[in-house]
Amino acid sequence: MTAPLIVFFVLAALAVIGAVSLILQKHPIHSALSLIVVMIALAGLYLLLGAEFVAAVQIIVYGGAIMVLFVFVIMLLNAGIEEHTSVSKMAGPPGLLLVVALAGLIAATIVRSTDSIQSTLQTGEMSSSLGVSKTLGISNMIFKDFVYPFELTSFLILVAVLGATVLAQREKG
Amino acid sequence: MISYFSHLLSANVELAITIAKIILLLFIVLTVNAYLTWFERKVVAHMQSRWGPHRVGPHGLLQPLADGVKFLFKEDPTPAGVDKFVYYLAPLLALALALTGIALIPFGPDPIRLFGHDIYLGIAPPDVNIGILALFAITAMGVYGVALAGWSSNSKYPLLGGLRSSAQMISYELALTMSVVGVLLMAGSFNLKKIIEAQAAPGIFGWGGISSWNIWPQLLGFFCFFVAAIAETNRVPFDLPEAESELVAGFHTEYASFKFAMFFIAEYTSMITVSCLCSIMFFGGWLSPFPASWTFTHYLPSAILIPFGLWVIWDGIRYETIFGRIILPGIGTAMAGAGGALILLPGVNLFIQGPFWLLSKILVFLFVYVWMRGTLPRFRYDQLMAFGWKLLLPLSIVNVIATSFIILAKMTWWAK
Repeated sequence: MTAPLIVFFVLAALAVIGAVSLILQKHPIHSALSLIVVMIALAGLYLLLGAEFVAAVQIIVYGGAIMVLFVFVIMLLNAGIEEHTSVSKMAGPPGLLLVVALAGLIAATIVRSTDSIQSTLQTGEMSSSLGVSKTLGISNMIFKDFVYPFELTSFLILVAVLGATVLAQREKG
Repeated sequence: MISYFSHLLSANVELAITIAKIILLLFIVLTVNAYLTWFERKVVAHMQSRWGPHRVGPHGLLQPLADGVKFLFKEDPTPAGVDKFVYYLAPLLALALALTGIALIPFGPDPIRLFGHDIYLGIAPPDVNIGILALFAITAMGVYGVALAGWSSNSKYPLLGGLRSSAQMISYELALTMSVVGVLLMAGSFNLKKIIEAQAAPGIFGWGGISSWNIWPQLLGFFCFFVAAIAETNRVPFDLPEAESELVAGFHTEYASFKFAMFFIAEYTSMITVSCLCSIMFFGGWLSPFPASWTFTHYLPSAILIPFGLWVIWDGIRYETIFGRIILPGIGTAMAGAGGALILLPGVNLFIQGPFWLLSKILVFLFVYVWMRGTLPRFRYDQLMAFGWKLLLPLSIVNVIATSFIILAKMTWWAK
């Protein structure tokens, strides 16, 4: 058992525990805190794969900005303890079916990409031929290869911001 | 097999060195924090024609110790109806994040060679490629300490303080991040060491030193960064989360004893981190402000330490208490002695040049923090929001666009 593998299992366990706790917690703030734990554990996993830029952005954007907004809104609305309703009847058999399908999909993907997983375990880093693990590679991809999709996405976000502003604007009386 | 064991051994030695460095830095940072409170009280007092603390120890130098003992022995009540887990988590989170931030700062250019190991000043290895990004990640998480403390206290003033703080930090984080993009573009790296080394170029006049620091091309960026950083650390004039006249003590109203002290230490540690960042990104970090050919400036540490030490001795022998008459000349002798030793040991003197300049710059920024606290009134809440969104953010975006255009022009037209 090498050191990176131990760190991986610790982080993976943390992510899973956080995700389960997110659902089981009764208070919205506690659920939000569990989600933050998941985000940070994921960032740790990215770091383990050598994707340092993605790890930092994961914490800044998801752990910082988005989750702070969640916590802020929960605090502002002063949301109390949630009432748990009885489990929906629909969630039983179809949910089980979906779980099995998802698990099968993940297992199939792992089996198909055994080679690259082996190399990742040996080197402890994603194969550099992908070129996306380092900051320079990412910026090359965003600003050269995929510049139009990237710009279109930013346009979409701009439209969303404008929409939010219009919705929040007071009626002129 | 042997190579495996030697690898394991060397890995363990690295681990031991890192742990030793963490303990040492923790000790230094906490001591500096304690004396920062003394420094702040003294400076503000003198600005207001008072003496400040001067009863506990000579010149009040033992006041931080007395404060620490008070924090430890005070009653630590937990208010009724608090969310216990979050209430205890919040100060821990605030302190831990603040201390993690300072671990990423490199304090000197050269490693100390000890038993065949290069020991760099600073905990993180100098080749952390995402240095500044990691610092911003830690800053982004820092909101939780304040917001959760306000929420979990089950009291209206802390809740208002926590809400204000979250809104303020979200608003100013944008300007904070945008304002350093100019520096990052000029250095071409997120690595703090490379950002400093990029400022060692001869510059426009070929003079080096102060003329090639980032502060000149990035004056606008520095303004935005410093203002946003003060807002992020919740200091005057942006200390609305703990505005005494409106919110009692803001988010930490319901905290007492050492849990309050943890928020306090976190705030002062963030001040130190921001001062480090200002010096590193805009003022050349550990680079000397003088041209490299002026080797006589290497004696500047001695030229400051010896006269100051002699003054402390002279002041000490006339001090009114016996204790002061013993302690102060002792401190003065140590300072003057250290200054003299630096002249006699040129190797050591050369080594401490980098840390000396970095620490001097950090001290200047800490003084500016205190100076502002002594002079500026607090913003109103709507002014704070308008200032952040309508002035700082557009200015920092203008700075990014202007810097990118100039760099592009240098790469394309002027290069020909």
